[in-house]
Amino acid sequence: MNERAKPELKPVVNESGIEVNPLYTEDDVEKSGGHGMVGLPGEYPFTRGIHRLMYRKQPWTMRQYAGFGNPAETNQRFKYLIANGQTGLNVAFDLPTQIGLDSDDPLAEGEIGRVGMSVDTLHDFEVAFDGIDLNKITVSLTVNGAAAILIAMYLAMAEKRGYDLKQLRGTAQNDILKEFIGRGTWVYPVGPSIKLVGDTIEYCAEHAPRYSPVSVCGYHIRESGATPAQEMAYAFSIAKAYADEAIGRGLSIDEFAGRLSYNFNIFGNIFEQVCKFRAGRSLWAKIMKEEYGAEKPGSMWLRMIAGGGGGGLTFEQPELNIVRGAYYALISALSGAQTMALCSYDEAYTIPTEYSARISLRTMQILIEEMGLTETADPLAGSYYVETMTNQMRDKIAQIMAETDAEGGIVKLISEGVIQARVSAQAYRMQRDIESGLFPKVGVNRYRNEREEDHPVEFHAYKEDDARVQVERLKKVRAERDQAKVDRALMRVRSDAEAGANLMPAIVEAVTAYASVGEITNEMVKVYGRYKEPIRF
Amino acid sequence: MKPIKVLLAKPGLDGHDQGAKIVARALMDAGFEVIYTGLRQTPEAVARMSLEEDVDVIALSSMAGSHVHFCKKLKPLLEAGGLTDKLWLIGGCLPREDHAALRELGFKGIFPTGSKLDAIVDYIRKNVGDSVKDGVS
Repeated sequence: MNERAKPELKPVVNESGIEVNPLYTEDDVEKSGGHGMVGLPGEYPFTRGIHRLMYRKQPWTMRQYAGFGNPAETNQRFKYLIANGQTGLNVAFDLPTQIGLDSDDPLAEGEIGRVGMSVDTLHDFEVAFDGIDLNKITVSLTVNGAAAILIAMYLAMAEKRGYDLKQLRGTAQNDILKEFIGRGTWVYPVGPSIKLVGDTIEYCAEHAPRYSPVSVCGYHIRESGATPAQEMAYAFSIAKAYADEAIGRGLSIDEFAGRLSYNFNIFGNIFEQVCKFRAGRSLWAKIMKEEYGAEKPGSMWLRMIAGGGGGGLTFEQPELNIVRGAYYALISALSGAQTMALCSYDEAYTIPTEYSARISLRTMQILIEEMGLTETADPLAGSYYVETMTNQMRDKIAQIMAETDAEGGIVKLISEGVIQARVSAQAYRMQRDIESGLFPKVGVNRYRNEREEDHPVEFHAYKEDDARVQVERLKKVRAERDQAKVDRALMRVRSDAEAGANLMPAIVEAVTAYASVGEITNEMVKVYGRYKEPIRF
Repeated sequence: MKPIKVLLAKPGLDGHDQGAKIVARALMDAGFEVIYTGLRQTPEAVARMSLEEDVDVIALSSMAGSHVHFCKKLKPLLEAGGLTDKLWLIGGCLPREDHAALRELGFKGIFPTGSKLDAIVDYIRKNVGDSVKDGVS
């Protein structure tokens, strides 16, 4: 062959470090391990999806992240989203709530209701979910450091409203290990933090068996600079740490694994992402079956919310983020996610307005209604490229997990700040690559508008007055509650923490007596202390 | 030559530190000495560390919207500490309509999302007092 007909091709390597060929054939599939792990949807190893009919039976749940200001305002936004066809709620809490501070704490000043809804006591939950049928709409609580308290509050609220906890569904994020890597809403040191996750798993397995107490997040690890393969590997290693904690208490894997769920990110190369999910699904099933001896298929399912994509959105030419969001949603749909949420186009500027949240919701609805994404399960299966890359991503994820174990395990690496330093070094390199143009970003290092026009971003208004209203409500609840009952419950929280008992019964008693998030947290801090962040570069 | 010394702080309760850590690395690569505070710093802690560490630059990274509120509290503390001759910077999710207020509060370098790392480095080099660069201070 003439050399000129074979131009030198520059190698292409995806973010996970796998080289991408210009062409794939059956040969490549065979070389990467063959079709042995493909199987059928709804069957082990679930590469093609955890259910047989997937979206043909039921499309993914649409669960935009929402919450701001006081609980009454958030309740209005929830109802707006439900009226517009949203099928689940994903609750954003303000930072004081997330790290266990009451609204009248001096450290909370200026932060109340800013990035989510403010919650002090059970009363706030009663207002926030007023008029919403908790059996029809499943609620996901995005909270970690204060998760045990807010799960207790949700269960107490549901019980008070007459729901049967044995049937109640819902999710809490409650993945504290990833908070030490990214997102940062930790409270207690690593050891007691894991112990509390174990408490919630154990408590829910017995009292609310259909509730998902943990949603392990690769998402924020990716946002912090991890590659897609690292995202999934670190999340699996973290999930195993929680599973080990639960097993250490005498639970069998099949008693709780079916209620573990995941939260993953979707920005980046379409095929790398889709293959990440297909690979991850089969690897997780294999881990659960072979390492943990799970027998129930549900214990082997990688149930996930796959969404967001904030790390891929840009400040420049923000309207392009609507287009990116649509591609990200497509990735999620092609990946067989159970639940989807999208970052809205204005998130580099502000928390989403009603308008931008609606665009995200409509983006998902267009995929369901117009684009044929729900008609057949795992539509990319059988593609030489997709099957090869799925095999390669599976190997890559397993390799990173093995390396993590060889380095001393995920808990040790997070405690010492090793993972944090690693992903942040990668984030720095990526930022340099974007600034130099090596990593293409349209509107940023390609096709820039020489003069950025005034961005058509409408700001979500922060109302200073919300803070005052929230503090007053807290004072009123404190004045009206049975203080002796609160004191007794708080004392029990502390003594149970000292005794190393499962804290959930004491916390449920405390929230039911209208003890506040801050009061309960303070009792736990007295016993556990506070986390001290390792600074490492 | 004594390197330029920067305190890089995460003010308030915001946990988004990816940007702050990227900027810290860029400043280190530029040869600056960087003290990164980690999360959840109060105005008092930022003022105290700035004084104790005798830094040339006081930089904040804020992503969760409480920047103006925080800077209002920090300004008098920095003034009381005699730190008005230092370079005060802020970066992060900073809506344009807040820039005037931040400048008014003494934060002369404002680097919203989308700013280039080299722009931050250059700004510091150009605006830190000459005596620092000469190693006389």
